[in-house]
Amino acid sequence: MKISYNVNKNGFYGDFGGAYIPEMMHANIEELSSKYLKISSEKSFIKEFNDLLEKYVGRPTPLYFAKRLSKKYNTKIYLKREDLCHTGAHKINNTIGQILLAKKLGKTRIIAETGAGQHGVATATVCALMGIKCIIFMGEIDIKRQAPNVARMKMLGAEVRPAISGSKTLKDATNEAIRDWINNPIDTHYIIGSVVGPHPYPDMVARFQSVIGNEVKNQLKKMEGNENPNYIIACVGGGSNAAGIFYPYLDNEKVKIICVEAAGKGINSGESAATSVLGKEGIIHGSKTLLMQTPDGQITEPYSISAGLDYPGVGPMHANLFRSKRAEFISVTDKDAMEWGLNLSRMEGIIPAIETSHAFAVLDKINFLKDDVIVFNCSGRGDKDLDTYINYFKL
Amino acid sequence: MNRINKVLNNKSDILSIYFTAGFPNLSDTTTIIKNLDNCSVDMIEIGLPFSDPLADGPTIQNSSNIALSNGMTTKKLFEQLKGLRKETDIPLIIMGYFNPIMQYGIESFCKDCELAGIDGLIIPDLPAEIYSNDYKTIFEKYNLLNMFLITPQTSDERIKFIDKISSGFIYMVSSFSITGAVNSFEKEQKEYFDRINKMDLKSSLLIGFGISNKETFKDAINHSQGAIIGSAFIKFISENGVNKISNFIRKIKG
Repeated sequence: MKISYNVNKNGFYGDFGGAYIPEMMHANIEELSSKYLKISSEKSFIKEFNDLLEKYVGRPTPLYFAKRLSKKYNTKIYLKREDLCHTGAHKINNTIGQILLAKKLGKTRIIAETGAGQHGVATATVCALMGIKCIIFMGEIDIKRQAPNVARMKMLGAEVRPAISGSKTLKDATNEAIRDWINNPIDTHYIIGSVVGPHPYPDMVARFQSVIGNEVKNQLKKMEGNENPNYIIACVGGGSNAAGIFYPYLDNEKVKIICVEAAGKGINSGESAATSVLGKEGIIHGSKTLLMQTPDGQITEPYSISAGLDYPGVGPMHANLFRSKRAEFISVTDKDAMEWGLNLSRMEGIIPAIETSHAFAVLDKINFLKDDVIVFNCSGRGDKDLDTYINYFKL
Repeated sequence: MNRINKVLNNKSDILSIYFTAGFPNLSDTTTIIKNLDNCSVDMIEIGLPFSDPLADGPTIQNSSNIALSNGMTTKKLFEQLKGLRKETDIPLIIMGYFNPIMQYGIESFCKDCELAGIDGLIIPDLPAEIYSNDYKTIFEKYNLLNMFLITPQTSDERIKFIDKISSGFIYMVSSFSITGAVNSFEKEQKEYFDRINKMDLKSSLLIGFGISNKETFKDAINHSQGAIIGSAFIKFISENGVNKISNFIRKIKG
């Protein structure tokens, strides 16, 4: 039998995934599990989803041939321009899908967690679009380092609730959102922003994000005469932009997959978010996956200069891609990522989000061949990171 | 017979107290257990602290954080419990999240539980199906009962399944909530308790979450075989220390 890297019927990717949830969440997760595929494959749902992606989000996003970069590295480099999506990152593909699903489930209140604020903004945006009440949980520390996104969420009518427990970052914002859902199981839908959490979230989010990879296929066919690139490269925090662009290529092993993690100040510095290297199998946010933890099983605090990669776990799909060696994992330091923020700006006129900048640093780590076709997921734009760029480069 | 079953067979107004191991001080564990035993509490749940307790409210999040920063670990807890069984026969349950147990090694954990005289486990994020498929045999090998939670949203069918695989009591969560969130029981909660009671389950029912005083305790034992108090007890010992525990219990039992 052919190996599949996709989810199985029990919600597992190899050894990883599942739904390790408190009983208080069971009814909600069960409802989602039993309905998400049926609802999202209904004709009317697909039509509404595609309409919004086209007319509201601005899809398809371009697949752009990066001429100067390609020349410098003597290979063929394409950028999938998710940074051009409405709200500035790929995150909105998923929130559009989930808000339509929430409506079909009769939910009237939306909650979400956010790290960098991109998923919070994307959620607040679709809630405004649909006229649904929206509460965003965000770590108190992230609120301080992502002020413009906090202001955006507020302008869009969302309530931003600081997560003051634990380390006051993304992991704790997720805990708070889960606790809120336990307290409000009837009227509330929880829009998770990445391919993390209990089944069916990783699969559901990957499916809504798979529009990215499906578009790449069509676009490459037209531009290169072949829908298969040699490499696809994406940054991975929880892993949603990577899951979305890999999705149609998962079981096509001719296409090499590279996941780029945040090494922070260095893998062995004690301040890193490189889960594949530093993580061990365990349970985080209801999913069995790789996560950073103490020998006693306490979840540890990761570090990255980019709030969006600052997560101690990784989605179960990616944990399986790592363990099965289907994907290569490379970690990139803050310093290299920041340099690449500048490089991409000056060579292609595109200011990337710091998360996205990490992916490009692979160009200095792997020698690609002249005829290789490489697709980078340019997952988000750098507007939200201007303060960090300004302080770092003394601009 | 398992100590938990002995109590379940003989009492209809069970009071079970939860505390976090390592809180307020690292070495308070056995003192708290002995003091609770001395004032006729019926069962004790020892909370194994976890960095990310999803089902717990601010009080137990806080006690867990303090316990961890005091240096509490799974290994440490087993060391502290050594020899305790010579002094007390009270049923002891460990309540902990699944990740620290996984990292200790499931079988090693169960084995050390038996050695320490632990009678049962409550693992809120280990769902009934996964337990029944993967771990039931191991738990039973070491004579550990595993207790499951049910909530007002749990379907009848699922409650029957949980009842079937349970060998101790079923922990009835009083409302839609994380721990520590309510003060008195409403009409809907009482209807929910009645609905479950009418199902004629083989397992005993204990009510937990939101029980904080004499009134809610009385209500709970009117609708079940007993009650579990956690957050209110944690609050009490954080304000009054571990030597006046009898004052707290007296107030609850009236």
